[in-house]
This record gives sequence, C-alpha cells and structure tokens, in this order.
Amino acid sequence: MKYYQETAECMPREELKKLQDEKLVKQIKHVWEHVPYYRKKMEEAGVTPDDIKGTDDLYRLPFTSKADLRDSYPDGLLAVPKSECVRLHSTSGTTGKRVLVYYTRNDIDLWEDCCARALTAAGADENDVCQVAYGYGLFTGGFGLHGGSQKLGCLTIPMSSGNTDRQLQFMADLGTTILCCTPSYAQYLAESMEEKGAGGDIHLKAGVFGAEAWSEEMRKDLEKRLGIKAFDIYGLTELSGPGVAYECEMQQGMHINEDHFYAETIDPNTLEPLPVGREGELVFTSLDKEAFPIIRYRTRDICELSAEPCACGRTFLKMCRPRGRSDDMLIIRGVNVFPSQVETVLLDAGYTSNYQIVVDRVNNTDTFEVLVEMTPEMFSDSLGRITEMEKDLVVRLKDMLGIQAKVRMVTPKSIVRSEGKAVRVIDKRKY
Amino acid sequence: MINQISVFLENRAGQLADITGTLAENGIDIRALNIAETSDYGVMRIITNDSEKTMEILNGAGFIASETKAAAVAVPDHPGALAEVLKYLAEASMDVEYMYSIFSQLEGRAFMVIKVKDAAAAEKLLSEKGIYIAKQEDLDVR
Ligand SMILES: [Zn+2]
Repeated sequence: MKYYQETAECMPREELKKLQDEKLVKQIKHVWEHVPYYRKKMEEAGVTPDDIKGTDDLYRLPFTSKADLRDSYPDGLLAVPKSECVRLHSTSGTTGKRVLVYYTRNDIDLWEDCCARALTAAGADENDVCQVAYGYGLFTGGFGLHGGSQKLGCLTIPMSSGNTDRQLQFMADLGTTILCCTPSYAQYLAESMEEKGAGGDIHLKAGVFGAEAWSEEMRKDLEKRLGIKAFDIYGLTELSGPGVAYECEMQQGMHINEDHFYAETIDPNTLEPLPVGREGELVFTSLDKEAFPIIRYRTRDICELSAEPCACGRTFLKMCRPRGRSDDMLIIRGVNVFPSQVETVLLDAGYTSNYQIVVDRVNNTDTFEVLVEMTPEMFSDSLGRITEMEKDLVVRLKDMLGIQAKVRMVTPKSIVRSEGKAVRVIDKRKY
Repeated sequence: MINQISVFLENRAGQLADITGTLAENGIDIRALNIAETSDYGVMRIITNDSEKTMEILNGAGFIASETKAAAVAVPDHPGALAEVLKYLAEASMDVEYMYSIFSQLEGRAFMVIKVKDAAAAEKLLSEKGIYIAKQEDLDVR
C-alpha cells in the first residue's frame, strides 16, 4: 500500500483548491456563528463571512496567536457544545496557562486519518508492529500516532516514553518494525541498544520521529544506528496534533494535509503573506474542524513551502523541516541562535547531539554556554587535549552563529531528559 | 609497566565521591591517585589492584574512562634521588607529562608513577641507570 487515502493525497491541484475554498467558507461561517472570540476579532478587522469566498480571501482575516489561545482558557474558543466533545488534549504549558484543545468524534477521525497517512508514507501497513513511544496523556504524540496506527491496522503497542529496558525487550520479543517517538528519545534508545548489545534481536524498518527540532545529520545518525529509514512528522496540538504534515519515501520535505489544513507563510515582521518558496513564518487555518477550528494560527515555525511536484505522486505542498522556532529562537547578545544550529555543529565535529544551551545574564551581558556530553571515543587522558577540543568547538560555533560560546564537556547522560524530551535550552535571564 | 586508568571528571560536587564509592563497593583498592583539573573539568588518574575490573565497573556505571601504560619507578630514600631520575629522562628527551606517588612503600622505597609517551623505553633507560622499576607484584596491582 502506497497511500492511505489516495483520492485526497493525490488530488489534482485545481480540484484541491476548489475543495479548500468550499471548506474554508464553511469553516469561517462556523467560527462566526459559534465562537464569539473569533467573531469579535473579525468585526474589529471589518470582515464578515460574506467577504470570504475562498482561500484567496484568507489574507483579510486576522491572525490567531498563542496568546489568543491562552486568553481563551479554558474553553473560550470551543465551537460546539461540550456534550459533542469526546476528547481533550493540551500543550505543555511551560509558561502561563495551558492551551486546551477539544475534539469531536469527527475531529479525532480526521486526526487519526492524518497519522495513518504519515505511517503509510513511512512504509507501514497492517502487517507491521508499531511501537508508540511518544508520551501518552495530555500530550498529543502518543494518542495521535496510536490512533493512526490502529486505524491502519498495525499491531499497535502503546508503550509511551520511558522504561527503556522494556522498550528494547518488546522490540525484540514482538518484532517491532515501526518506532514512533521523539528523535532525542530514538537516539537514547539507540545508545541503550548499543550498550546492551541488543541490536541483533531488533529488526526495525522505519521510524516516525517528530515533536521536536532535529536535523538531517541526526536523521543519518539514527538511520545508521537503528538500521531504519527515519521519517519526519509535523504537527501542533493547536491544530490537532502530529500528522499536519508528513514525509514520504523521498524524504525531501513534509507533505501538508492540505485537504484539512491550509498553509501560508508570512513575513514575521510585516505580517504580509509570502509567495510559495519564500522562507517565512508558517501560518495554518483548519478547514473542517468542528470543536476547535483555528484561523490563521501563527506557528512561530520558520520554514518554506514547496510546490515542486513530488515523485511519490502526492500533490500536497511540502514544507521543509522548520529552520527554527521563534519560541526556541534565542536572542543572545543581539544575535538569533537556533538550537538546531548548535546541534549541526556538534554532529559535524563527531559528537552526539546530546547538548544543552545555558543562557544567563551577568553584569548586563548575556552568557552563552554549551554543555556537550563527552564520548568514550573523544576522551583523552590529557587535559590539554580536552581543552583543545573545547576550543575547536568554540571556533566552529562562532563560524556558525557569529558569537562566542563557552563550551563545557560533561559526563554522558548527565543532560536532563524530561519525558523523553531532552531539555535543550535553559534560559536563566530575567526580563 | 603498570596499568593506569584515567576518568573524565565534571567539576560537579559529589562526582569524585560517586566514583570512589562505586569502586569501594566493588572491592577495588586504589593504590595511587592523581587529579588534574581546570576550572571546568578534570581528569582523575588511578592505579588499582585490578585494572580490568575497574574499567568494567566504571564503564558500567556510565563514567568515561580509558586505560594507559605508565612507568612505576622506585625513588631511593636520599636527597636528590627524584632529581636524578628526572635528569636521566630529560637527557634522553623523554618529556614527563605528569607524575604522582604511590600510597604504599616497599622495603623503605617510595614509588612514583611517571607518565611519558613511551613507558617501556623510559623503564628500560632508568633500569640501565640502576633505578629499580616496580613490578606489578611489588605493588599488588594488575
Ligand atoms: Zn512525496
């Protein structure tokens, strides 16, 4: 099986445009009638549903930001009676209020379809054993891939994250072929597998990795160490969860499920829409969600869209792996720093991608420290040699980022992982 | 020559206690110890009664360790003895990277661990000059 829903995934572009136009008109009417918050914002912008005849009119609608979602806690953006909702998920609210997202039965169905498309594109079918090692709970990773995998007919193992020994045991005993988790947890599993010499009993063929930033180098590393093809999957809880976009076998960008989500890129400063192919902030509008429709949501992800025809046969636009997230983007001494750039430098220099960035402000100057886990191969008995290694990394980081970092080697596995997600950035600055 | 183990140390309170504690629990005796450090990290070098087992334990506990060879040299108990040993090495252009002493003495002789690039060559040279080179049995290490 090559596609999960061929009619949708390979729909001719003109037909898709028509479908999007029709769906958008309905979606806008839906929020106007049922969500006072959106109605008020539209009124303030001087737009009514009659002005929106299709996606070409989208630019007239106001944006929705994360702050809008937080302000509407706990149910200010809910568009159907609660009795019609069957599920709730939430973003991990590190600052302030969490964003709560509601789902009707149809919303769940749509979301699981998106995940089933992603798994199919990664080569999965009903003969596969799919181990879902994303966290289960309010976080959408576990339940999203779980639903998609089950719908596709895979034998679905709801492992959740953590308990590495049992993860490896199940992989070997149940013959897991598909692994779904965060890329950093996949890396941790690979390390543990190597330590225990468990690789021989494990026969994975593909990994579907998402929910955090990773790089092409990390993909190569994971593919080699786990003996798999590694696929990227993109999504946001605000839109439904993982599966908004997914990679096909070409592994060159992620197809956006455009029959459900309309994508734009905008200039984050002027907020003007950009033509396809220009790098900017990704903005999504849901097209057929019931409980939690979302209009022109600013994702903060910086990336570009591509309309190049894909050899896999899908007609959906592709998005590149986000270059960075403005939420993740650090401004250090006035320079934009994306953690993914630090990762690229480390992998190029032969380190693992286990690192942590610590930013602080001392005497009105930003301090920028990068903790790097020492590896047995890199360790030398000589202090001088270790100092040289640190200096070399400082030079490489300066070349990439344009600012001076302090590099510090730390013992392996000493960098904190929380629920399988590595804590990449600690910003101690107070504003 | 004796086997020396080097361990990567982060300058984190308690890490040294962790390492020595782990070794003690596993019945490893430390015969000599030296720590070199900068403000950010350090390297601990140890000579133990069983280097192979020590490596296994440290790797198993997640520490980064490597094994190297070093020369163990008896320094006679008279003034200027150490200077004499170092002079021989200097004359042969053998750079001493670092050195430290072994805790126990044997028949009134103190022993030093001396790290040079080629431990075997250093031992041969000093032996020819009449300096006693410790055997593994002398120190009860392996
Ligand atoms: Zn494709």
